[in-house]
Amino acid sequence: MYNPQLNAQGQLQHLLSIEGLPKRILTDILDAAENFVGVAEREIKKVPLLRGKTVCNLFFENSTRTRTTFEIAAKRLSADVLNLNVSTSSQSKGESILDTVNNLIAMHADMFVVRHQQSGAAHFIAQHVPPHISVINAGDGRHAHPTQGLLDVFTIRKYKPEMHNLRVAIVGDVLHSRVARSEIHALATLGVPEIRVIAPRTLLPAEVEKLGVQVFHNMEAGLKDVDVIMMLRLQNERMSGALLPSTQEFFQTFGLTPERLTLARPDAIVMHPGPMNRGVEIDSSVADGKQSVILPQVTYGIAVRMAVMAILGGGNAA
Amino acid sequence: MILPDPEQLLDQLYDQLKPRVHDNTALVGIYTGGVWLMEKLLQRLQSDLGRDIAHGKLNASMYRDDYARRGMKTTAQPGHIPFDVNDRHIILIDDIFYTGRTVRAVINELFDYGRPGLIELAALINRGGAQLPISPDIVGADIPLQPHQSFELSINTQGRLNLSVTESNKPTPESGANSHV
Repeated sequence: MYNPQLNAQGQLQHLLSIEGLPKRILTDILDAAENFVGVAEREIKKVPLLRGKTVCNLFFENSTRTRTTFEIAAKRLSADVLNLNVSTSSQSKGESILDTVNNLIAMHADMFVVRHQQSGAAHFIAQHVPPHISVINAGDGRHAHPTQGLLDVFTIRKYKPEMHNLRVAIVGDVLHSRVARSEIHALATLGVPEIRVIAPRTLLPAEVEKLGVQVFHNMEAGLKDVDVIMMLRLQNERMSGALLPSTQEFFQTFGLTPERLTLARPDAIVMHPGPMNRGVEIDSSVADGKQSVILPQVTYGIAVRMAVMAILGGGNAA
Repeated sequence: MILPDPEQLLDQLYDQLKPRVHDNTALVGIYTGGVWLMEKLLQRLQSDLGRDIAHGKLNASMYRDDYARRGMKTTAQPGHIPFDVNDRHIILIDDIFYTGRTVRAVINELFDYGRPGLIELAALINRGGAQLPISPDIVGADIPLQPHQSFELSINTQGRLNLSVTESNKPTPESGANSHV
């Protein structure tokens, strides 16, 4: 089957979605990321792999945090980084996506990191760039956010290396979440046997069970004996219509409180992709508690993004 | 070709290494084979000298000069230098010394941790063929090989080293020993 992410040798050419990537590629990225974790702890936090390359952060939708982590990752690989907030520049003057991209290619850009509010935008760009250029999807609509999914499974593997033995719960606004979709594909590909989603019916996509997850509408039942709790952000900005009575009511029913956390296994870890709505999906004492690995997720996110860029930016060993 | 026992070569390397080790010395193994050797040498040194010796591991892959051609090696072999590198006497441990390119990459990486006082290189075998002005200070043995041949060092579950020679159809001047390419 044709997979636009892989080249003729089956190596990663673009990172657009975790769906469709073989386990071998995911494991390669996670293993390579292990080597980049320590770079941040050295006196000189830089390695020369992407020296002389230009990475363009092409953000059609604002996201300071994601853009910053990609920027730090590229700079620690010694790349030159160009940040373009396209929503505030040429697009408002009527330039098409491909015209913007072609102009940057004419300036010898080597890699694009693309964030767009429309699903499929990164795929579209990847299909139109010449073969020496790589595209990384940094979030497209409700579709995918593959580096977030990868950093989440990297964090899980760090704390719970026996992935084939885990029970993982994803909690909250699955309907609007590209992160949840990427997480589910990554967990399933890496062999996690039990993936649960816990959400109100209004915040679940149709036929979510087809992704191979167990569905719960009740926190108390869903959190029972899980090893990992992955909270999602309530995406107010993507909601249209009355999907929720109020954020307070959401917290009462689906918020992660210290009492609910005790239902999980005593050594369970708590994750959140950020930015957090404290008091909406997660209680502050849980977010800052000893089971929280939310800040390590941010640190590992840099290493994982470095690994993806380093794999995409290098030559292809025959 | 009759190959020597790598454990005997390690004894010979150890005899030369021991007098060079003083209070300021740290051992750094180069993945993969160099790390096995470093751990074996460290154990003997610490037992003979009756004290702990600073040590670490380095992976050349983030500094290799063939990244643009061959890409990133994705094996998880994280570098770890848990001591202050500044002004240290560092002895790098490699298994097979060939082109010198791996050692060049590792020295570059080491300088991103700090400014060492003195760096020396110990290799189990020097097979000849350096392409840079770098050579080992101490070796277990000099055993020249043809360009189409390469040594392969392995370790079994009991921790015993094994050495073999593999032949390829084309010369591989990029690859010294298969264990750390």
